[in-house]
This record gives sequence, C-alpha cells and structure tokens, in this order.
Amino acid sequence: MAGDIFFSMRDIVKDYAMGGETVHALRKVSLELAEGEYLSVLGPSGSGKSTLMNIIGCLDTPTSGTYILRGRVVSEMDEAELARLRNREIGFIFQNSQLLPRLSARKNVELPLIYAGVPPRERRRRAEEMLERVGLAERMDHLPSQLSGGQQQRVAVARALVGNPSILLADEPTGALDQKTGRQIMALFRELNQEKRTIVMITHDMNIAANARRVVHIIDGEITEGEAQAHA
Amino acid sequence: MLKRIRGTFVMLWECVTMSLDNIRSNKVRSFLTLLGIMIGVTAVIALITTVSGVTGSISNSFTELGVGTITVSVTGTDLKTGVNAEDLARLSALETVDGVVPSVNLSGRVAYGKKVESNVTVAGKNAYYFNINPDLIVDGRALNFVDDDNASYVCVISQSMVDTFFFGVNPVGETLYLSGLPFTVVGRYDTDSGGGIAAIFTGRPDVIIPYTTGLRVLNTAVVNSFTVYLAEGATSKAASEEMEALLDSLFDFEEDTFTITTMDTIEDTMQTMMGMMSSLLAGIASIALVVGGIGIMNMMLTTVTERTMEIGLKKALGAIPWQIQVQFLIESFLLSLIGGFLGILLGLALSWGLSRVLDTVFVLNWGAVALGVGFSAAVGIIFGWAPARKASRLNPIDALRAV
Repeated sequence: MAGDIFFSMRDIVKDYAMGGETVHALRKVSLELAEGEYLSVLGPSGSGKSTLMNIIGCLDTPTSGTYILRGRVVSEMDEAELARLRNREIGFIFQNSQLLPRLSARKNVELPLIYAGVPPRERRRRAEEMLERVGLAERMDHLPSQLSGGQQQRVAVARALVGNPSILLADEPTGALDQKTGRQIMALFRELNQEKRTIVMITHDMNIAANARRVVHIIDGEITEGEAQAHA
Repeated sequence: MLKRIRGTFVMLWECVTMSLDNIRSNKVRSFLTLLGIMIGVTAVIALITTVSGVTGSISNSFTELGVGTITVSVTGTDLKTGVNAEDLARLSALETVDGVVPSVNLSGRVAYGKKVESNVTVAGKNAYYFNINPDLIVDGRALNFVDDDNASYVCVISQSMVDTFFFGVNPVGETLYLSGLPFTVVGRYDTDSGGGIAAIFTGRPDVIIPYTTGLRVLNTAVVNSFTVYLAEGATSKAASEEMEALLDSLFDFEEDTFTITTMDTIEDTMQTMMGMMSSLLAGIASIALVVGGIGIMNMMLTTVTERTMEIGLKKALGAIPWQIQVQFLIESFLLSLIGGFLGILLGLALSWGLSRVLDTVFVLNWGAVALGVGFSAAVGIIFGWAPARKASRLNPIDALRAV
C-alpha cells in the first residue's frame, strides 16, 4: 500500500482481425495500479474488458503500447516467459471457476505449483493451507462435482492464491453464483485486500464493482476513471 | 539449476500420473485405441519368436547330427578325378582331423535265394564310420579295417533288409548276391540310430559294404566325397584351412577341384534365410502397428479437442507450451506402451502355443521383446507428436473461452 507502482500501461492498443475486419478492442488505454490496490474494471460485454484482462493477466500481448508489470516489460515477452510470469505473479479466478472435473479440490489447488516445480509434499501442504484459508478444510478430497457453486469458486480462489501471486485477477467472479454466495466471495476478496493483496476484478455488474476501492469504466476500448465508491 | 531439474521431474511425474488417470477414466476408449498397437505387436512378436523357434529347432538337429563334421566333395582334375585310399589316410593324419569317412554310393539288385529286390541303396563306408557310430550295429559285427584293406565281400544290412530277405532266419553268415557278386552278411544295423549328417541328405542305405569293395565294384580307385570328423578342440575353420592346403597340393593347385562344406556354412546360410524371412514377416506385421498408430493419433486429436478448457487453464496457470506438449506425448506414449506390453504377452503366449503345435523349441527372444517395446514406444511418440503439438499451440484465451 506504500504506493509502489504495481503495473503501468501506456497507450495499449489491441487489434483483432476478425473475418477480414479489424476490431479495435483497446484504443490507447493507459492505466496504473499501485501495490495493494483493489480495482474494478466495469464495462458491458464487448467493451474490451476481457481483452484488458488478458493483457493484465499476461495471457496476451498488446498490438502496441507498453505494459510494465513490477518493473518488467511484459509487452516484449515470448510465450514461455509469459507463462512463467503468470505462474509466479498472477492468480486467476474465472467466471466458471474452471476446475478440472476429475481432480479433487486439493489437486486442483496444487495445479499451479506443479508448473512452478514444487515438490509433492510441499505442494500438498500449501494446498491444504489455502483450502483451510477459504474455509474448505473439510472438503479437500471432494471432486468439483461434489461441491456447490460457491464452494467451487472458493477452490478457485484457493488455487489462485496458492502460488502466492502478487495480484488476484478475477473475471466476473460472481457471475455464475447466486447473490448470497456472491456476497460471500466478495467478502473474501475484501478480506484478502485488507491483507494487502492487489486485486483486479473485471465485471459488468455495477453492484459487484462497487466492492472495489477504485473503479474504472471501459467502453468501446477506452477507459474512463470512475469515482471510488464506498463499500457496499 | 538443480532446483529446476527437480522441478522438471516433478512436472513430468505429474504428467505420468495424470495421463494414467486419463487413460483409466476412458477405459473402453483407451482399450479400443491401444488394441491396434496390441495386435500389431502381437503379430510381430509371435512371428519373430516362432520363426526363431523353428530356426532354433533346425539348428539344434544340425548340431546334434553334424557337430564337428565337414563334408568335402571332390571333382578333381582330368588326371586325378578323386581321392584314393592313400590320400584319405593322409587326410586322416591331419592334426585337426580325427577321421575321415568316404562315401561311396551305389545301388543295385540284391538277391537271396529266390527273392530279388532291385534299387537297393548300397553305401561303402570304412571302419572309422563304425568306430564313431558304436551303437549302430545291433547284431553280428561291424566292418573293420581288415575288411577295408582286403576289400572283402562282406556287408552289414539294415533292419528293413532283414525283414525283406531273412524273415525268421538269422542273417549273419548268410550270403547275399549284390549285383551278382556274393557278399557275406556279418551284421545287422539299426536304421534309427547313427548315420551322421549324411543320413539327413541321402537317407539311410539298405546295405553297407567296405568302401574299398565298393570302389572295386564301381571299377574305380577314387572317392569323390567324404565326411571329415574333426579332432577334439579343432575348429571347423582351422580344419578346413588345413584340408584345403593338402587338397590343393594333391590337385596341383588347380582351381575348382573340390568344395569344402562345413556345418557352419550350412547353418549360416540357413540362419540368413530364416532371418530374412522373419524380417519380411515382421515387416508385413508392422503395417498393423502403423494402423494402430493412426488409431492413437485419432484418439489423441479427439482428446485434445475435448480437453481444450483443461489446456487453456493449465496455460493460464503457468504451463509452458512444451509442458503441455510433453503431457500429451506422455499420454500417447503410455497408451501405446501399454498396448505394446499386452501385445508382447499375447504374442509370446501365441508363439508358445504354436511351438507346442509345431513341436519346435520355444525360445524367448529378447530382441523381439525389445523390438515390441521400442516399436510401440516409437509409434506412441511419432503419432502423438502432431496432436500434442496442436495442444501446445492452443491459445489460452481461445481455449478458456471455448467453454
């Protein structure tokens, strides 16, 4: 929270070729995020918010512009470097939790650690720790299909956190949940942010976005800063 | 660095367990897929093992009958058309040679009393022949060197001759007429024993007489083929070299006057032929392996499509493209290897069964087993390559969106 810059984007442009037509998903987006911030990116579908998330999450590189994450120039990295960066720095939470159906909750949480090369015993310990942290100590050996939607999303949060990334990047984290469970997940996010974890949440839902300390709007690939909102 | 290597191992091991899990969770489909490999390997193993079993049986009987023998056939020169008794004695005296058995073959009409039999095979042998086949004579006496030296008109006859001519009569001491010449029967021999390698090629003679007598009947002084028995510890190579030197000097160093055939050369030729046959058969059988490989490729392509979300997720969580590729390669490799192992078991069982039916020896051919393992592993990797590459190239964003 010391105000250190977490990431910095300057004039990010992302174009897609779609059926012979060029789609300008992002038009000169500039955005800065400080360590420990909790940011919501609010925008309707087709606004370019998924593209923005992909670039923040190092899943994709911009067509032009500079993206610097914790002092590293992401926009110039190759695929393998991006993969390592994602593994170390970014904890993804997807809308549909995206758990592997044949793996137990614990195994799912262990997944990022496998690619980090963490030995099995330590992996297990850390996964169990994380599942306890999200309140699923009793359900570690359950398969995703044996868990409720809210529990699945908690497993996803545990998986995002297990590698101790510097940022949690959530794409519509409550999109598939009912309101009550959604509120529980939001409470968990707030808690994590209070522990100084940087969070970026992409959503189309204004009420959800209001959970964050800072909100930016994205419309037609352009960003406008919104007002910081009080916690719901 | 060490940590990195360890990390890679951790990752690879995880790939193996996950692959096994995937194979297990799609039991029927996995089995149908590896069936192709299994059948291919079964065919290859069964063919190679059976052929090598048959080869083994044949060379065993060769060894049994022909160990330490060399056959020599002589065409000689215009002046000297074969080897005479003196030459044979010199050959026998060679260091590498234990003894020499000349073969003089004639056939003729045999008469005893009123019974007449034509086309009776008669072979001229020497005393040494009976020395090295001590069990041959079952009744009476064998031919000895006195018979050789005197070219006596004596003979030993086979059991079938006894049955034909001497029903109820003791043949020893009786006189047979062989092409009109009187021979005294001195012994009877058992058709089922002895005879050496020549017996395989020429069959057992009905009557054996001293070879010197045979030469006299044929009105010649020379022998055109003989079998050499090696001295103990002598190699057929050394013996043939020594013999060659002597025969060369006997025939004035002219070209193409004799041929030396060792068991080794016969066996070598046979081994080569059998080897070629088994490679040919295995080659045909390996077509099945290719078909099996295509099956694996097909299944892997389907799997990659089905698991798009998994691939995208793993990439998002930090999997590097080659890690994804390795994961799918390991899966097709394991699938193929399992098929290979089942095929080896089935193939060995099949050839064991065949060896029972064909009454040949069952030889566990480790080369064939290694070939089966190697083949199936290679098929898994070769045909898994393209699908794995496809998986590794999936864009994580598209892959995640596909759900």
